[in-house]
Amino acid sequence: MIESLPSIIIGGILMGSIYALIAMGLSLQYGVARVINLAHGEFIMIGAMLTWMLSTSFGVNPLLSVAIVGPFLLVIGFILHRTLFTSLRTKAPSQGAFEGSSLLIAFGFIFIFQNIAILIWGGDVKAYSYLNFPVRFLGTTFAANRLVAFAFVIAIGVAFFFFLTRTRLGKAIRAAAQDPATAGLMGVNINWVLPLCFGLGAFLAGLAGVLLSMSRAISATMGLSYTIIALIVVALGGLGSIPGSFIGGFILGIIGSIVSFWQPALSMIVFYGIFLILLLVRPTGILGKK
Amino acid sequence: MDITVFKSKKLVVVGLVLLILIWLATSPLYASSSNIRLLSTILMYIILAVSWAMFSGPTGYMSLAPAAFFGVGIYTAAFLYARGSPLLPLPAVIVAACAISFVIALLVGLVTLRLKGIYFAIFSFGLIVLLGLIVQYWENQIIGRRGQHVVAEGTETVFYVMLAILVATLLVAYFLRRSRWGMAMLSIGGNEEAATHMGVNTTMVKVFTFAISATFMGAVGAIMATRWIYVDPSTAFNPMYSFMPVLMAVFGGMGQLYGPVLGAAVFAYLERILRREFPAYYMIVFGVILIIVVLFLPGGLVGLIPKLRDRLRGVIAKLRKGGQTEQHANT
Amino acid sequence: MPILEGQGVTKNFGGLAAVSNVDFHVGQGEIAGLIGPNGAGKTTLFNLISAAHPLSSGVIRFKGQKLNGLKPHQICRMGVARTFQEIKLFGNMPVFQNVLVGAFFGTPTRISAADAAREANQALEFVGMSAMTATLVQDLTLVNQKRVEVARALATRPELLLLDEMMAGLNTAEVSEAMELVTKIRDKGITIFMVEHVMKAIMGICERVMVLHHGEKIAEGTPQEIVTNKEVIEIYLGEETRAAS
Repeated sequence: MIESLPSIIIGGILMGSIYALIAMGLSLQYGVARVINLAHGEFIMIGAMLTWMLSTSFGVNPLLSVAIVGPFLLVIGFILHRTLFTSLRTKAPSQGAFEGSSLLIAFGFIFIFQNIAILIWGGDVKAYSYLNFPVRFLGTTFAANRLVAFAFVIAIGVAFFFFLTRTRLGKAIRAAAQDPATAGLMGVNINWVLPLCFGLGAFLAGLAGVLLSMSRAISATMGLSYTIIALIVVALGGLGSIPGSFIGGFILGIIGSIVSFWQPALSMIVFYGIFLILLLVRPTGILGKK
Repeated sequence: MDITVFKSKKLVVVGLVLLILIWLATSPLYASSSNIRLLSTILMYIILAVSWAMFSGPTGYMSLAPAAFFGVGIYTAAFLYARGSPLLPLPAVIVAACAISFVIALLVGLVTLRLKGIYFAIFSFGLIVLLGLIVQYWENQIIGRRGQHVVAEGTETVFYVMLAILVATLLVAYFLRRSRWGMAMLSIGGNEEAATHMGVNTTMVKVFTFAISATFMGAVGAIMATRWIYVDPSTAFNPMYSFMPVLMAVFGGMGQLYGPVLGAAVFAYLERILRREFPAYYMIVFGVILIIVVLFLPGGLVGLIPKLRDRLRGVIAKLRKGGQTEQHANT
Repeated sequence: MPILEGQGVTKNFGGLAAVSNVDFHVGQGEIAGLIGPNGAGKTTLFNLISAAHPLSSGVIRFKGQKLNGLKPHQICRMGVARTFQEIKLFGNMPVFQNVLVGAFFGTPTRISAADAAREANQALEFVGMSAMTATLVQDLTLVNQKRVEVARALATRPELLLLDEMMAGLNTAEVSEAMELVTKIRDKGITIFMVEHVMKAIMGICERVMVLHHGEKIAEGTPQEIVTNKEVIEIYLGEETRAAS
């Protein structure tokens, strides 16, 4: 298959949509709930593995799995934050101590979730086929499942935009992201909004897992790379900026696609290089505020 | 009176430590080979835990990079001490591993430690995967073969080198903690903005301490490679070697030097037993323990001791008072 | 030559000018005051002097030397020390070690452990905290915490001491004690520049007062002149009226 420029760019946009989704979730968790969720990739993995299991064992349509996987991860994320991180927030002597301790807890999650997944599903690579037929357009060919995933992400992005700007809950979330203490004084129930945002972040990760599982092979150890990509995108787009994460995901996707065309094994390394350069030159990111 | 009590307490501790070191140094004479190997593993974990705590303990900057520098040490041995064509003698290889780890940590630190703590956390976490990918790329493109073979060293050699690294790590950790440098690190952990306003060059202190701690991690990786003999990117750059030292140091408690030592000994031994019986379960348990300790026992075991001591004093005082009132009641 | 002077000092945060084109100076050996309503930019100005934030434009000089581009620890070693509005003690150390940090690192040349300990003890004695050197800072009352902050700043051997709302939260007796302490510090030869809301202190010990409002300097003079300045009365009374309604 000849790789043409449109093919590379569109491929980058398609991959970038997934990056945007996972970065948005992480951004919610850090920007509002103030937790650097190193286990974000594990939520993606759980979403992917659950979808695979539902598809292969119960014949559930992956797009329908969203209705199961999404709420499941939302609830898990909510409970985890409400029990662990909320208690940490009151106990920690300072914001710095809270961030340090929550980092360690998230780090612990990685090993817990990965090993639970290995126990349940085994450590081997899994895959299933869904909407795998090729679609031709603009002189390029892509699997239908990737296009569907892209459409899904755009729909979610739009939905989220409206949610955050038009609904009361969305505005409460944005207030809490700006300044939790003041938002609390203004009547926002911080003890529910923060865990909800953490849960929403897990929800988005789970969705990304569903979409990923449609077009690629998955395994219990797939999470780490996605966490790192999400972290880089969030830093690229500006810590705490959800629109920044969204845009940053697409940018990184396109860059990754270009690099992959030239040298596939180098894409992650290039991402790091960009991250480093960013830290040197403009630490606040593209749309960063803090 | 206080000073002599203090001095004699110190002598007892020093004497105890010397005894333990002598016992360790002579153990290959009477212990079985497999026990020596177990001891080597425990020593490895102690070194990793202590050197992690050296930086992250006082400053509060949680580094997740030990596995990265451990891997750097392993691959330094893989390239400089390859089976059949070692380029340098073993001591030089260890020193090279120290130097390379130091330089990498210095560069990472210079870029990330002058910014907010979260960037450092992200980058230290990602470093494991990044270095693994670079090595993997190098092996694929330049060498053409995945995995390297390292010169095999005997159980005793590995043990003695490990012991030497341990002594060096403990000495540096001890003197660092008591020096003004250690005080600077504590001030950074206490309130970084105030520290910088009191004349502490916080960036330099953080960067150098981070680099020094990485040195020992690299050294221990290099010698471990001679025991593993075959190494590849995924076994060399394994997040487990960040998780275990963190768990050990946090559990043991970072307020005292012996905290990570204690934690390392406990969990190294537990891992040995549990890994055979319950391969995946034990990691889940360890992860849960880490979370419990972070939430409920942030000072670790070491932090528990003063609390227990106070409780004990309180109980003794109550008993005494109870005895006295009884006496008064009887008269 | 004034020990501290600033010309055209400006600091923008995003679109907001927190400090706008301020000229100021503090003479050696003075006790100078900086007042203004909340949000006037007083602490920001202190942060600019101590380099906690970089200047957007303008220049600040200490003993004739430009401070632009220097880091806080360098400025401290030059002889500028400060306390903070929200107390920033090292919560992981007892009182003595807090002050010891200042003694060790606040001087431009290396100091021996013995000398540092002596400096710290002297500073603690000066503020009246000698009896509590082993106490953890969380166990101190507000007054004592402020004392320790001052001792820590003094241990860095400053020539200029910036006090940021030192009297906040103190009762009348404590304010009087604090005023005495500040005067004692000045009598040792240290210039004082203090941000304050407690007018008793400003009137009582300041020789010169600057007034900031919305980031701009609107008045300067002796305490008497300031208190009778129409504009100053406007902005403070205006504040009160707005607050009352």
